[in-house]
Amino acid sequence: MRHHLILRVITKLLVGAIMLFAFYVQFHGDFSPGGGFQAGVIMAVAFILYGLVFSLHNVQKVFPPWLVHKLVALGVLFYAGTGIVSMFLGYTFLDYGALVPSHPSSGQHYGILAVELGVGITVTAVMVAIYYAFAGRPPRLSDEEW
Amino acid sequence: MLVLTAIAVVRMRSLFAIAMLSGVFSLLSALLFVTMDAVDVAFTEAAVGAGISTVLVLGTLALTSRFEKPTKRSPMVPLFVVLVTGAALIYGTLDMPNFGSPDAPVQTHVGPDYLERSVEEIDIPNVVTSILASYRGYDTLGETAVVFTAGIGVLLLISGLRLRRRRDDEDEDESEEV
Amino acid sequence: MGFELTQEYILGHMNYWLFSVLMMTGLYIVVAKGNLVKKIVGLNIFQTSVFMVYISMGKITGGTAPIFPQDMEIDPEVVYSNPLPHVLILTAIVVGIATTSLGLALIVRIQEEFNTIEEDDILKIERAIVQAENAIHGDAMGGRA
Repeated sequence: MRHHLILRVITKLLVGAIMLFAFYVQFHGDFSPGGGFQAGVIMAVAFILYGLVFSLHNVQKVFPPWLVHKLVALGVLFYAGTGIVSMFLGYTFLDYGALVPSHPSSGQHYGILAVELGVGITVTAVMVAIYYAFAGRPPRLSDEEW
Repeated sequence: MLVLTAIAVVRMRSLFAIAMLSGVFSLLSALLFVTMDAVDVAFTEAAVGAGISTVLVLGTLALTSRFEKPTKRSPMVPLFVVLVTGAALIYGTLDMPNFGSPDAPVQTHVGPDYLERSVEEIDIPNVVTSILASYRGYDTLGETAVVFTAGIGVLLLISGLRLRRRRDDEDEDESEEV
Repeated sequence: MGFELTQEYILGHMNYWLFSVLMMTGLYIVVAKGNLVKKIVGLNIFQTSVFMVYISMGKITGGTAPIFPQDMEIDPEVVYSNPLPHVLILTAIVVGIATTSLGLALIVRIQEEFNTIEEDDILKIERAIVQAENAIHGDAMGGRA
């Protein structure tokens, strides 16, 4: 993979910007279009782009598969955990008003942020894990055949 | 445009071109979603359809083959099935409300209710997010679980963990047969 | 049926008809084409056209995207489109890509077992396997394996 100089330079510039954009979409989802699902996909795209241009081995050094597999489960746990916390505080499951009882709507803000974070983590990890699974197999077609 | 792209997908035989065209299809449909006020949906469709799914289809092609073989079956039977189904669908739309009409049944039940209550109860500008995460929190938890399960399924099918175990199983089978 | 084919009626229903055509194109690919990857792409087209039906139902003429101004001072004159279909479809898209990738993973496994991803070839190989089993165990099972 020594060729594709332009691709390599542009990718180095873009990966950071894509991740920053993913975080913007994640945490600004209350005010503008966006949220956990979109942010998760964009974050995964950053890793996939890096993997496509700089080989699977290099991206797995940055984001190792064991960590991805843990994060897949962690996101769902985070989401369900938010619900269970509100249950322990004496409200119904996933009633975020429990987080700040004196001011329910700001409790909703925190709850939505937490839940979206859980969604984002799961979606990122699942997409990256799927990419690793596909890219980790030995390809039948060599590069020249394309 | 969308119909043209879809018909091109039908005609094409090179799977590489099909993967690219499906990306184009997703981008066009994202544009359509923007014109129909669904900015969140358009955002998702552009990121998912044009980004991830194209990469995944290309990854599959690298593991399988690049061209489609022509089938010898006649296209008449599928065409007949499709035409009948299409006619039934269009018959079903005849008494649907007009596009964009404000008094359609969709607009008179929970939708406007969410719009009104979201202002005081949730107090965030993006109503889509407030419904997604708060009013329909159970739904979204379920969807997240589906994504989680699909990820686990893919890992089980092709991540290589399984290959190793199957090789062990085969060894055991052989020893049993002996 | 008491429907008049006025211009307003035709324009108001054109969206449903176009999406039906798209959906049928997807269905045709799924039914008629033998290549499994192509079937998945057809399924995606089918799925996207269903999304479009939902989103088009939520649209109100003259409405805008359901996002309030930042200061939450809402002008009662402004009409917002229905956000509920957006929420449903948003999650459906992400679930759709997850299931699509599951399908593609199955295709990869099929390729490894059968060394082909054409439906006709797979059926042929399976028939050959059944015949071979008939030849071996046929008598014991009454000729039907």
